[in-house]
Amino acid sequence: MPQEYRQILKYADEPGYTPDIECYLRHGGYDILRKALAIPPRNLADGRIVTGPDHLRQEVMTSGLRGRGGAGFSCGLKWSFVDRKSGKPIYLICNADESEPGTFKDKQIIYKDPHQLIEGMAIACYANDVHLAYIYIRGEFAEGAKILNRALKEARARDFLGENILGSDYDLEIHVHRGAGAYICGEETGLIESLEGKRAYPRIKPPYFPAVLGNNTGTRIVSISGHVRKPGYYEVEVGKATLGELINDPAFGGGLREGRKLKAIIPGGSSAKVFKAGEKFKIKRRGPDGKDAEQEIELLNLPYDFDSLIAAGSMSGSGGIIVLDDSTDIVEALANISEFYAHESCGQCTPCREGSLWMSKALQRLTHGEGREADADYLMKIADNIPGGRTVCAFGEACSWPVQSFVAKFKDEFVARGAADEENRTRRNAGPTAVGKLPASS
Amino acid sequence: MSDAPLDHGIPNPLREQPDFAIPAPLEAEINELITHYPQKRSASLMLLHAMQEHFGHVSRQAVEWIAAKLELQPINVYELVTFYPMFHLKPVGKHHLKVCRTLSCALGGSHKLHEHFCRKLGLDPHAHGAQTTKDGQFTVEFVECLASCGTAPVMMCNDTFHEGVSEKKADEILKQCQQQPSP
Repeated sequence: MPQEYRQILKYADEPGYTPDIECYLRHGGYDILRKALAIPPRNLADGRIVTGPDHLRQEVMTSGLRGRGGAGFSCGLKWSFVDRKSGKPIYLICNADESEPGTFKDKQIIYKDPHQLIEGMAIACYANDVHLAYIYIRGEFAEGAKILNRALKEARARDFLGENILGSDYDLEIHVHRGAGAYICGEETGLIESLEGKRAYPRIKPPYFPAVLGNNTGTRIVSISGHVRKPGYYEVEVGKATLGELINDPAFGGGLREGRKLKAIIPGGSSAKVFKAGEKFKIKRRGPDGKDAEQEIELLNLPYDFDSLIAAGSMSGSGGIIVLDDSTDIVEALANISEFYAHESCGQCTPCREGSLWMSKALQRLTHGEGREADADYLMKIADNIPGGRTVCAFGEACSWPVQSFVAKFKDEFVARGAADEENRTRRNAGPTAVGKLPASS
Repeated sequence: MSDAPLDHGIPNPLREQPDFAIPAPLEAEINELITHYPQKRSASLMLLHAMQEHFGHVSRQAVEWIAAKLELQPINVYELVTFYPMFHLKPVGKHHLKVCRTLSCALGGSHKLHEHFCRKLGLDPHAHGAQTTKDGQFTVEFVECLASCGTAPVMMCNDTFHEGVSEKKADEILKQCQQQPSP
């Protein structure tokens, strides 16, 4: 039976563990930074020199470390894209704008173990020749920003930041930059615009083709919320637990409440496509003979990793699992999600700005007795026309995927709701002054 | 609701701060913030936060002052205040209650919580947007995901998070606010 495997949150919730530097140092803090800065340059046979930072970048590349964002992109590969020859300064930005609904993992690190974040950043900065870095923290985490500023001050006083860190010739400064309540700032280029003092309008990016790496490494903090007995954050080895185990095991979500049945799972933050209870998927998996073969896997047996969830048509995204039991009004649930995206669209691209609002309005009328039977198809038509390269950033996808998946998988409920509203309206209109009572001559 | 004319958030002379002045410690804080960035403009958001923390809102004078300080046009700053939901062009209540509206909290009872606050404070539970009590003590607002979904329903009172907020806990929060001495 899988258990939590705490690496990042190893000490965070231990009794007596505090976010100050003394406590961090007592737990071996900043040892890795010290070690990284001490890596000597090596001379290769062909005369080239492998510097300490070169060595670190190579280590990260071979480790298979992947980003913990939606795409699970290779960290080493990402670092290899940096143009180191232009002579322009290289900056590092830590995206602490945690805001995907259903996700609450970064908060634990920032509030409980800020020095771990700072040390990690310092090592990444050294590896990439960065001398100025920012932590972009969402505006609502005002307390978190204070904790980070305190920690940065402590780190400077102890020579882990500033000039000539730990006697090396390496300088680094890290500053905290606060957002101000806009979800789109979590999008990387929107975040950069925001950091530059502008509206967070995402930029057009070259298309990235995520390399299929096949291996999953390290741990991941999964956030479980909604209708489970033990909502919370759980750090697990990537791919070691199934969706069903994460929801039902006593070590994790602890199962549904008494007498309730599963209705749906949103597996990776609210933009991930919903799974309906009882779904089965045909997925290619490596069998014991070492060959890839197609297997039928039930929803709850899906391994919770980047690739399996994509193969099942959704994604593990931000690692936020929202569980919906049979007490949930599925139309209300989608209306709630769509209202979020309509509110958060930055407004730069017409399909997203208008489309997200139209979808939200249609869902508002469906949940306020003003629906139509054709609303399900109407919603689908809008959702199908927002994503797929029609918008600058992936928000177009994020606002469409919930609508596409909810309406496709629970279509009967949407149609029934609209039909009932139409019937009620007809009955209301045919009240005491019904058509049949009008004078025939008029 | 009040009988004030419709307010579209456009700055007007009524909202100006005739006594607008930046005290020395605030200016020192602002000067320090500007040094954090290779280009001045990047400091805009942090300056707006500093202003709002000090004055409670961002007035037209504050926008113009920041623009002059950062060598920008006032519109460059004003468009940030209207884009980022956390900035207010006009004063909000002394205690700003922000209840999370998004899915996990909605499943955990945030609509009931919002309604509870509105009823206790004599506000309309069905009105859209932020509402402030006539005495200016409380503002109640539904906000989007606060990233604490595991302890739904969650809310903030000014900068403080409150998690797993039952009606009983909500009443305690109100009581604490009411007992706080005026600054």
